[in-house]
Amino acid sequence: MKTIFKKVISKFVEGLLMMSGTVTTLAVLFIVFYLFKESLGLFNMTPVEDSYSVLVNKNNPVKKLSAQQIKLVFDQEITNWKQLGGNDAEIELFRTEDISNYYSEDEIGKNFEHLAQRINEHIEKHRGIIAFVASEYEMKNAASVPLSVDKITLLELMKGKEWFPTAQPAAQFGVLPLLMGTLLVSLGAILLALPFGIAAAIYLAEIADTRFRNIAKPLIELLAGIPSVVFGFFGLVVIVPMVQQWFNLPVGETALAGSIVLGIMALPTIITVSEDALHNTPRSMKEASLALGANKWQTILRVVIPYSISGITTAVILGIGRAIGETMAVLMVTGNAAVIPHSILQPVRTIPATIAAELGEAPLEDYILKHCSF
Amino acid sequence: MEKQFKDKESIEDVMQMQEPSKQNRTVKIESRNMELYYGEFHALKGINIAIKTNSVAALIGPSGCGKSTFLRSLNRMNDLIDGVKISGQVLIDGKDIYNSKALRIEELRKKVGMVFQKPNPFPKSIFENVAYGLRVNGISHKSFIEERVERSLKQAALWDEVKDKLKKSAFELSGGQQQRLCIARALAIEPSVLLMDEPASALDPISTAKIEELIYELKSDYTIVIVTHNMQQAGRVSDMTAFFYLGELVEYDSTKKIFTNPEDLRTQNYITGRFG
Repeated sequence: MKTIFKKVISKFVEGLLMMSGTVTTLAVLFIVFYLFKESLGLFNMTPVEDSYSVLVNKNNPVKKLSAQQIKLVFDQEITNWKQLGGNDAEIELFRTEDISNYYSEDEIGKNFEHLAQRINEHIEKHRGIIAFVASEYEMKNAASVPLSVDKITLLELMKGKEWFPTAQPAAQFGVLPLLMGTLLVSLGAILLALPFGIAAAIYLAEIADTRFRNIAKPLIELLAGIPSVVFGFFGLVVIVPMVQQWFNLPVGETALAGSIVLGIMALPTIITVSEDALHNTPRSMKEASLALGANKWQTILRVVIPYSISGITTAVILGIGRAIGETMAVLMVTGNAAVIPHSILQPVRTIPATIAAELGEAPLEDYILKHCSF
Repeated sequence: MEKQFKDKESIEDVMQMQEPSKQNRTVKIESRNMELYYGEFHALKGINIAIKTNSVAALIGPSGCGKSTFLRSLNRMNDLIDGVKISGQVLIDGKDIYNSKALRIEELRKKVGMVFQKPNPFPKSIFENVAYGLRVNGISHKSFIEERVERSLKQAALWDEVKDKLKKSAFELSGGQQQRLCIARALAIEPSVLLMDEPASALDPISTAKIEELIYELKSDYTIVIVTHNMQQAGRVSDMTAFFYLGELVEYDSTKKIFTNPEDLRTQNYITGRFG
């Protein structure tokens, strides 16, 4: 009886474990699939917001523009259609609200009932016009034609140098500045944290006396548990002014400040994990090395570190993971300028910071959301 | 020549070189009134011993009697342990290894090789294990290292078994092979003294026999001090035997005398198996 009961229990536990394993795997797969599905939707969209159109005169030979070109036109960096492959004519910009410059209130109508017609008239009169209006004011078979805008492509996403998801009429989704910002900040953090982290770990494991190690190690581990916002605050009030002063900068919120804060955040992880690995090197290994006439440093470099290299690698990966994925602290100290950084002393914006900063403004099914999930 | 005669040590060195026959009679290792404390614990009490060049000395005694501690103090391995205090003198080739400023600890350890109880090869290839001692002592000449590795492995009677897999990890070897690799590793830097801390205790009888044979062969070139729990082994390999008990050196005499006609009652009790 007892053995049967035991068997049933063990079968039950086995089933439970199998179920939880399967469910977890499926959930992870589902999440990955969902994110990919969501993000791939991005490439079927035009960068012009829904229910808005970009209109040109029917006789204008230019029928198709890229998001980049539209932005340049509306920024008045391109002022002639010739530059876009059209006739030699000045580009006239037009937005819905500009209509009041050309027509009186009576002509437009008290409730804007004639607005669509007036816009149409205006476009007919001006050959070089480019108008950004709500789609409801666009008339069928009229003097204006909607300009078709290139869809967002993967290449554009990766190569685009500008990140303006809220730009009108055409949003800019160049992810390069964010990518560069993330890489720069993370690289700086790793370069700062790795040498110090591994040096501290070697000191604690091999050189410091036991009493000091027993006090220092828990303190460092405590440091790993501090929330990132606190590190961000510390960075904001201490590191940022310091960076500003050192390099005599107009603002201290730079990639360097981000790297320093991230480096400090990654340090405890790197130190504790690699110290554990170093500390686990068997005493007999060290003794064998010392007995062969090696000094302390040779023993550390040639025996202790090679023996614990897998643990050190784990420490580095965990540290880097924290550096790349970190959001809050970076958001607070890097200045959040989505431009390609030319030096470590410029403000940058990282991908996680962008997600955190802009997700609140992104309506569901919107570009940014899709972009973020990409 | 005149320069060399300036200090006493170099005179001795020169004399040794000139009369190799005299070497056999010289004392290689000597301790005088050596005391060792682990913190409060008095581990070695007034040890006086003299071990001759090119002989095998066995240290026997029950666990915790201080024989391993004494062995480890001969190449200053005890320095690694916190709270160790040593007084008295330990002389190797007439030089006080604890108080001599001229003898760096690395040089001492190069001269006094050690083989540990458990085989402890490095996580490296067989070749690199043997070459390690040479490399840390600043030798990087490739053919010299290769030659020395081969010679050491031959001395340790391991060459034939590993010559085709020198690049393989040392962990692929059996326990007995690993221990012989550790001996080869110690021999590669050409020490003059070899300390062995129960070198065969973790091995099977066949490997043990090989190690003992090896000790017998190495005797002609090295002064060997071996700690063992195995009476038969002490009897087989050693010329002299020292019996340690509770931190004291009870008796030190020729192996034959210790095992047949010991003077101290405690020695007699121990070797006949009445305690320990």
